[in-house]
Amino acid sequence: MTGKFGHQRFLVQSALRRIFASPLGGILNILVIGIALSLPAGMYALLKNVQTLAGQLPGKPEISLFLVADSNDEAIEKIRTKIAQHPDIAGSRFVSRDAALRQLQAGSALGDVIEALEHNPLPDAFVITPRVDTAAALKRLRDELADWGGVDLAQMDSDWAYKLEALLGFGRMLALILGALFSVALIAVTFNTIRLQILTQREEIEVARLIGATNAFIRQPFLFFGAIQGLLGGIVTLMILAIGIRLANIPLAEVARLYSSDFRLQILGWGDSLSLLLFSLYLGWLGAWLSVSRHLSRITPR
Amino acid sequence: MIRFNQVSKRYPGGYEALKNVSFNVAEGEMVFLTGHSGAGKSTLLKLIAAIERPNSGSVLVNNQNVGVLKEAALPYLRRNLGIVFQDHKLLFDRSVFDNVLLPLQICGFEPRESSKRVRAALDKVGLLKREKLNPVALSGGEQQRLCIARAIVNRPAILLADEPTGNLDADYSREIMEIFRSFHQVGATLLISTHDQSVLEDEGVRRIALKSGELA
Repeated sequence: MTGKFGHQRFLVQSALRRIFASPLGGILNILVIGIALSLPAGMYALLKNVQTLAGQLPGKPEISLFLVADSNDEAIEKIRTKIAQHPDIAGSRFVSRDAALRQLQAGSALGDVIEALEHNPLPDAFVITPRVDTAAALKRLRDELADWGGVDLAQMDSDWAYKLEALLGFGRMLALILGALFSVALIAVTFNTIRLQILTQREEIEVARLIGATNAFIRQPFLFFGAIQGLLGGIVTLMILAIGIRLANIPLAEVARLYSSDFRLQILGWGDSLSLLLFSLYLGWLGAWLSVSRHLSRITPR
Repeated sequence: MIRFNQVSKRYPGGYEALKNVSFNVAEGEMVFLTGHSGAGKSTLLKLIAAIERPNSGSVLVNNQNVGVLKEAALPYLRRNLGIVFQDHKLLFDRSVFDNVLLPLQICGFEPRESSKRVRAALDKVGLLKREKLNPVALSGGEQQRLCIARAIVNRPAILLADEPTGNLDADYSREIMEIFRSFHQVGATLLISTHDQSVLEDEGVRRIALKSGELA
């Protein structure tokens, strides 16, 4: 057992030695990998942050039911009863036109303008909390409510949430495509590095073959090389993200302050970071494996 | 231990390196393979290590027909052979010590046991004090001895040597033959190709003579 671990330690050491044998070349390779991965990874981090932000806002969808202008008390009572009896509605809150006007006056800079109005232009409204929560069911409920007599307009307050969700889905797809493309780039970079490695170590490979090395033995150092190079690239990606997010937070803090929020971009969590490292390690290994499979068999001793 | 049955080897282009060669080397025997350069000595040794394959006939090593071995089985054949190459095939990207260590790494020896064996092999060829050097810093004779140390570190049952005293003067040649003889005394089978007259003066060693690819 000690022999096996000893050999693996040797492989890791010699892989590191080879990566930094020409320090500039080695570092450039790792930088290329790190930068390539930081684009999709950064996008992923951003999406995750936007999602958290969306989660902090009222998540429960609400439907605002605006009554026709100048509804009398009888009409309002009729609708209140219908709401109470409807199975898909969990609760409701009545906002009278006077209350709505007061709210508007207090909550916006339009106070003076509203004061100048001769009469209240706002309708009476019910804010309804539905029992259903799927987009389709909500839409059905809204359409049904809109058809009620005495109702002018039924408006889904959470429309923006669905739009955001759709946008996030688009973003996620974009990140996925970028991720796939840059993964291929990473594999290609490793493939080429290993190809050059194999060429420069042609002699060593030949000698090893002559004195009884199996293909697995010859392959191992290259696979370790690819995997470690990928891993170091992944570490560079995490560093780029950490620095980038810290920089982005400086102007963002100002924006957030204007909205009296303390929102900041967060760096990737432990789980995501670990996944990223394992992923880049695996891609490096895969690139090396492809390269070794293709190039090693061409080297036969004379 | 090594048996050739009517072996012929033709290289692409039609050059016939070996014609209908048959011989037998018993276990624990030491044999000289003689002949002018171009007589087919190197080809014969390469056939034993399955570096080349015969066009006809069979090459048996330890009763195994190595001419038809699968690619994946070759490493295990070669681990039983120690080969001293004509051009040494040393690696100049590592120390003398690490050159000798390579066969043990390939076989998966434990590091401490490996170090012991490497030092024993270097001691046997008189290079113990040079273990930290790069082989480039060694003289021709020392490089040859390093190649021998690498061939015997694994304690192979069969040792093949291709012109081991090639460009060396008589004193060096004698030293190297001493090393081979001591290895022979502990029971190894040796097949040494040479055209070095000073070596061939040694009486009591069987010779297999090749002439233009045929047994003379």
